[in-house]
Amino acid sequence: MRELKITPIRNGTVIDHIGNGLALEVLRIIGVRELDKDSTVSVALHVRSQKLGWKDIVKVENMELSPRKVNAIALIAPTATISIIRDYKVREKRAVDLPDRIVGVLRCPNPNCISNQNEPVESEFEVARRRPVVLRCGYCDRQVDEFLSHLA
Amino acid sequence: MTLKGRDLISIRDLSREEIEEVLRAAKRMIPYAEGRKSSRALEDRLLTLAFFEPSTRTRLSFETAVQRLGGRCVTIADPSASSMRKGESLHDTVRMLSSYGDGIVLRHPNEGAARLAALASDKPVINAGDGAGQHPTQTLLDLATMQEAFGTLSGLKVVFLGDLKFGRTVHSLAHALSMFGAELVLSSPPTLGLPNEVREQLDEAGAKVTEADQVHSAVRDADVLYVTRIQKERFADEAEYAKVAGSYRIDNTILAGAKPRLIVMHPLPRTGEIAPEVDGTSHAAYFRQAFLGVPVRMALLSLILTGRAG
Ligand SMILES: Nc1ncnc2c1ncn2[C@@H]1O[C@H](COP(=O)(O)OP(=O)(O)OP(=O)(O)O)[C@@H](O)[C@H]1O
Ligand SMILES: [Mg+2]
Ligand SMILES: [Zn+2]
Repeated sequence: MRELKITPIRNGTVIDHIGNGLALEVLRIIGVRELDKDSTVSVALHVRSQKLGWKDIVKVENMELSPRKVNAIALIAPTATISIIRDYKVREKRAVDLPDRIVGVLRCPNPNCISNQNEPVESEFEVARRRPVVLRCGYCDRQVDEFLSHLA
Repeated sequence: MTLKGRDLISIRDLSREEIEEVLRAAKRMIPYAEGRKSSRALEDRLLTLAFFEPSTRTRLSFETAVQRLGGRCVTIADPSASSMRKGESLHDTVRMLSSYGDGIVLRHPNEGAARLAALASDKPVINAGDGAGQHPTQTLLDLATMQEAFGTLSGLKVVFLGDLKFGRTVHSLAHALSMFGAELVLSSPPTLGLPNEVREQLDEAGAKVTEADQVHSAVRDADVLYVTRIQKERFADEAEYAKVAGSYRIDNTILAGAKPRLIVMHPLPRTGEIAPEVDGTSHAAYFRQAFLGVPVRMALLSLILTGRAG
């Protein structure tokens, strides 16, 4: 299916199959402000998708995502696929997947948790359940099943 | 299987076999805890007690345990005097303390503090309570009390009464008892029930859990009645508190319908939950329970610091 309504990019990353309406959150995770100022970021909202009905797509020039950002995307947009584009071609394509431990991506929702007290440590969560995803704080055991509002 | 050098952060860190090992060792420690025999098992060991929150009871029982075994300890009992006040992180404080002594016992107001301390320390860390989180040595002494009274934990019918929502002792104890195949009965004011999360974990572990709304009927065929404090600050107004607290008060009238061997437990300090008239009955196990905190901690310290059970 030809769906490129946006100019192709030479090098960069395409995050496709983002659940409908979540592209702006994905942009927030990517941290658009940190990008090379000559890079183009294109966002397609509400695109027809065979698999999902509707989806969003984000394409970023000259950037590859850190594992940490991939984990954050996996949490809020678990259906996303990530394609690495080099010289206009898809070099690598994979579904986002969640490792068993997620470090530094979320803040623990328990305000009294030691990980929220200016200690020199990063937050750490274990996957307690996968479908739907439930995480458990590695410090205080608090469970989290809503991730958007807890992104670090 | 050995506890030597291990951290004890949550009761979940111990397998059923390891819990049984601690309970066996604790039983052997009783004459030493009572001062009838003497031991030098911890003679060359130095323990650091870091109490960043007041807890006289737990702290004294650890100090007693160390000294009964001929060990020594240094204690931070007052957080305002410590470096924490100057803004030093718990991480750095623990890192430093771990280079001084052979192990750390930590009480701290933040949940997860003991987990963090264990990461920062290269010596064993024992959690003596982290905020509303875990307090595994309390669970072990609770188990020891039931084990001593009945010779077993499996098949016991244990009624939990009172605040099951915020009472951390209940959550850990319920988990541990479910490992031993005990039957759990929950009885609490409607707003202070066991959190869903805890209930789900118990169900997943295959625990036998039921609910009882009448204290009288729940007590009838129980082996253990575990009473917890109902805290005033959990209620919107004084009148509501008084009403609820009143309906969860255990006295000899309620116990008249119980099995003769029923034991009443309470993590202490009690406020009004158990009438003083119960103290003189054979049901009262709460002071024995408090005492057993000493041999249990002796056993644990000996296993963790020396690898030997006394
Ligand atoms: N040069 C390019 N510039 C921008 N986007 C590209 C480029 N090449 C491919 N893409 C996009 O990258 C994603 C993966 O490309 P691919 O050709 O594998 O898509 P596809 O055939 O639609 O597969 P699927 O939708 O099953 O992942 C798609 O969203 C596609 O639109
Ligand atoms: Mg496609
Ligand atoms: Zn936490």
